[in-house]
Amino acid sequence: MAGVTLSDNKRAAILSIVMLAVGLLIWELAIPGQKAVGELTEYERLSGAGSQKAGVPPPSQVLAKAWEELSNPFYVNGPNDKGIGIQIGHSIYRVLTGYALAAVVAIPFGFLIGMSAVAYKAFNPFIQVLRPISPLAWMPLALFIIQDSDASAIFVIFICSIWPMLLNTAFGVAGVRQDWVNVARTHELGHLKTAFTVILPAAAPTIVTGMRISIGIAWLVIVAAEMLVGGTGIGYYVWNEWNNLDLTSVIFSILMIGIVGMMLDAAFATLQRAVAYAE
Amino acid sequence: MASKPFLSIEGLTQRFPDGQGDTLTVFEDASFGIEKGEFVCIIGHSGCGKSTIMNILAGLAEPTSGVIKMDGFEVSGPSLDRGVVFQNYSLLPWLSALKNVTFGVKARHPDWNKKKVEQHAREFLAKVGLDGDVVHRKPSQLSGGMRQRVSIARAFANQSELLLLDEPFGALDALTRGTIQDELLKVWGDSEQTVFMITHDIDEAILLADRILLMTNGPFARVAESVEITIPRPRSRTEIVEHANYYAIRNHLVQFLGHRSKELAGQQVVEADDRSPQTVRIDKSGELPDARSADTSGGAPHLLAVND
Repeated sequence: MAGVTLSDNKRAAILSIVMLAVGLLIWELAIPGQKAVGELTEYERLSGAGSQKAGVPPPSQVLAKAWEELSNPFYVNGPNDKGIGIQIGHSIYRVLTGYALAAVVAIPFGFLIGMSAVAYKAFNPFIQVLRPISPLAWMPLALFIIQDSDASAIFVIFICSIWPMLLNTAFGVAGVRQDWVNVARTHELGHLKTAFTVILPAAAPTIVTGMRISIGIAWLVIVAAEMLVGGTGIGYYVWNEWNNLDLTSVIFSILMIGIVGMMLDAAFATLQRAVAYAE
Repeated sequence: MASKPFLSIEGLTQRFPDGQGDTLTVFEDASFGIEKGEFVCIIGHSGCGKSTIMNILAGLAEPTSGVIKMDGFEVSGPSLDRGVVFQNYSLLPWLSALKNVTFGVKARHPDWNKKKVEQHAREFLAKVGLDGDVVHRKPSQLSGGMRQRVSIARAFANQSELLLLDEPFGALDALTRGTIQDELLKVWGDSEQTVFMITHDIDEAILLADRILLMTNGPFARVAESVEITIPRPRSRTEIVEHANYYAIRNHLVQFLGHRSKELAGQQVVEADDRSPQTVRIDKSGELPDARSADTSGGAPHLLAVND
């Protein structure tokens, strides 16, 4: 058996490929081919079975579609027909803008809340009420106040990514070991210097965990938000192709959403490893 | 002590609320002085407030009443003039050993350039036997003994006037402890720093200290005695046990911790001027060998009472 000498990683990779192949094969075989009109009985023809039916496409069609889209990702054929690269680019731009704004607010604010038990207790009821609200519930209010669909989508990303970052920052800062703070104090470090040289690195793993959770949520929410606001973006693309009854494109874009989400998560996993420390 | 000592602790009292609306007095009216360049150890049972005294000296805690004067000036809050070595090392785990030391050096000398800071840090790491690639390791990649060496290097590199050591070897095995004690003596010998150290280890205290302060049990603990270590320096652990005074001092300490720390506990000193600890000086080195067995009184009254 050759498998015995392979490393765990290689064996896992082989297993993954086998599972993918089996899955695709079952999917391919499960899609019934459409009979040609000539083969239908008269009854079938009269009951409308001869007309074109929209079925779930087989993986071969999806792969062909992916090849076609990915070989020319940035084309523009009018407002309703843009390349997948442009759509994803719009989504990433919205996510990163909303996310960056949230980080700029949440991390300093979380720092303050984490440093002061009184501030934590005072803000906690508001956070607890605002946090469980579905970000999309803000959409009508955002559209009314901001009066701009693009900015509203960014606002929705902002509001959904703020909470994990805020809470994790506060939690991380509050949990910094008193010993390390005492080291800063016995070295006469000022408040700002202590915050940057001791508390921030000490709380960084918890903060980055919050940031990773936030980017995941933001990517989940952008698809729904773009379905509502329309115009551009991967969420709009999915909905537009559904309206076109182009299920091949729908499945292809679902896969793209997954891949981009995975890459965003991987970037934060790298950051997480960079700030991690062992006690 | 005719003139004011370098460090004087005057009427230090610490009370905590005991959770039932009353107060718990950990220690009361603790007063003692430390001379410049002296190495002083403090020994007492758990709960007598040694660590609290240490934290107050470090400026990390506030006493209920009493003052601490250094060079005649009252001190409050933490300061670079009082360096601390914590029992649990308190190294910053995201920084390498070297960076942990430069962290302190940079705080002490903000005007130094990077090269000078690093050179100074390396010099002190080398004094405790850390050089080469080891200095680039993170604390998690170092053994307990190495971590405490880094912590000692950080404290000594700052060349603070007073160094506070809170049971620095408490978590180390006996062999490592011995090596680092020797290194500590060497680094201290090179400097002119005053050291105040908490320990639970009598032999360690005799090896290191000029004077040992003995505390009675809490609550209402006080510093009852100040035992002079009449063994000349330089000391080595193998030679001091041969010295005539070693076991006399050691027995005195054992007796204090075994019996009198309990007997004296809770006794509040009535006279206002009798705050400072009673000085005990045990010196048998001048005596003739045959006189030793007859001596059951005087400087070391509990000398022969070890086995009861």
